[in-house]
Amino acid sequence: MALYEASATQLLSQLESGEVTSVEVTQACLDRIREHDGAVGAFLKVMDEKALAKAAEVDRKRKAGEDLGLLAGVPVAVKDLLCTEGEVTTCASKMLENFVPPYSSTVIKKLEAADAVIVGKTNMDEFAMGGSTENSALGKTRNPWNTDLVPGGSSGGAAACLAAQMVPLSIGTDTGGSIRQPASFCGVVGLKPTYGRVSRFGLIAFASSLDQIGPMARTAEDTALFLEAMAGHDPQDSTSANVACPLFSKTVDQPLEGLRIGLVKEHFGEGLDSEVEKSVREAVAVYEKLGAKVVDISLPHNKYGIATYYIIAPSEASSNLARFDGAHYGHRCDEATMLEELQKEKEAFEAAGDELGLKRMDTPLIRMYRQSRAEGFGPEVKRRIMLGTYTLSAGYYDAFYLKALKVRRLIREDYDKAFKAVDVIVGPTAPNPAFAAGSKTNDPLAMYLEDLYTVTANLAGIPAISIPCGMTSGGLPVGLHMQAPALEEDRLLRAAYMFQKETAWHAKTPSL
Amino acid sequence: MSSLTREEVEKVSLLARLRLSEEELSTMTEQMSQIVSYVELLEEVNTDDVEPMAHAVEQHNIFAEDAEHESLPRDAALANAPKRDDECFRVPAVLGD
Repeated sequence: MALYEASATQLLSQLESGEVTSVEVTQACLDRIREHDGAVGAFLKVMDEKALAKAAEVDRKRKAGEDLGLLAGVPVAVKDLLCTEGEVTTCASKMLENFVPPYSSTVIKKLEAADAVIVGKTNMDEFAMGGSTENSALGKTRNPWNTDLVPGGSSGGAAACLAAQMVPLSIGTDTGGSIRQPASFCGVVGLKPTYGRVSRFGLIAFASSLDQIGPMARTAEDTALFLEAMAGHDPQDSTSANVACPLFSKTVDQPLEGLRIGLVKEHFGEGLDSEVEKSVREAVAVYEKLGAKVVDISLPHNKYGIATYYIIAPSEASSNLARFDGAHYGHRCDEATMLEELQKEKEAFEAAGDELGLKRMDTPLIRMYRQSRAEGFGPEVKRRIMLGTYTLSAGYYDAFYLKALKVRRLIREDYDKAFKAVDVIVGPTAPNPAFAAGSKTNDPLAMYLEDLYTVTANLAGIPAISIPCGMTSGGLPVGLHMQAPALEEDRLLRAAYMFQKETAWHAKTPSL
Repeated sequence: MSSLTREEVEKVSLLARLRLSEEELSTMTEQMSQIVSYVELLEEVNTDDVEPMAHAVEQHNIFAEDAEHESLPRDAALANAPKRDDECFRVPAVLGD
């Protein structure tokens, strides 16, 4: 087996036995990236030198018998919205193309403390807004299974680099399904933890009440280990859960006895691809064979998930993205040109005797904000800022934002009720397999419906995972989505592992 | 189906501190109308006695310890500013011409 094919768990045992060094493992990943990333485009930046230096340091520590972290010597890729001190962190936006954070996010610090080797920053939809990674302002990412197709999004680069076997571990973020949908499209494992399980300090915020950082990997064991390394309470994030973090890697191989699986009738309606449905039903049959009991349940407010999400997320985004004003950091328009234009407008209004026009003119400062933001943000980001500003504006707040917050509670209450009858809720991750690049870019609503099955977990704050569970006749991966009550990640990981013991979908790889 | 007017969208673009081109204003008016019509689906849900839920984990009053600690040094805070002097962020004139 080539080193790049190995899982993190396998690599760790080879590293511990002295069979390989971290420098060899890291070099194998870097070689793989160099060879294939031209076609896949998963990375915005590869940090060869830093990675090899860290690998050499871990090898030295290991040889000297010093204490080592949980991921000692294992290569990891990081989505490019986690602040990394001294390294450009772009959010795949022109706005932050040259932004060098003065500090590192807690998750990056935890990875460093775990002795992981960070090999690069992955591509994404701009500010994590999108379901295809086509909204990146800095590059295209393609699906390794078929480069005419999208990898999903917003963690498209994070999923693609795993599927292409460039790294064994990859960090994603999930606001409405951004870890799970690309995991499904690329045939890898992606876990959105419970809201608050992983610190968001140093994560460039999109929608703060929904955003969650999470692990992506190719196996359930790796996902468990990776979550263990990144989770835990952080005093710098007041929303982080102040609870003990279980040793997920120690329990992942314990099967769940008498597992009660909930099938949501609303999940199997109109819009679901028939091949996706078939794979999901076969996966449920695998669990039944293992002794699980299937219970039909209903989540009656499920169908309001997308509408609720597309009020709450843009509202929070419009507020979070107000910090990009061209003054403190990020892109700023050319001031001389801007002032010149403003002067011309003024002269035109004066010549026309247009008093109202003159009165309504932007001041230089306001024009600087507006022009800088117009140049720095891409179309989807502008759309969401506009939507959020609209739904929060006077006269509409009650009808949209407040209403959405109330429906959000009803969605959560549906889950509370369902989890009295079942242990996990199982269904499709996405309504369809990976789609063709360009096919949904002019229809935002069609793109938003990609998140149909995933958004409600973010609204409710519960953990959810996507694991590979089948293939379409066209050779594309299908994802199985499993949701559990808050703080029950170990249940999801154990259920995922049970499935992997019985099937080989997770072991399938695209030919590059 | 409710639709937004171009004037409304233009007003929102000022509130949002975005300058949109004529073409963007047209596209935005059409797309926002479409999305707003879709989210109006929520009107059919009875939420009379429902408390709004702003956060997935409803925590209140998480206080930080009232203690001095190091803050970001001025140089580091200014390092990413598009325009600055040694002490301040620089912006176009706010008062007067």
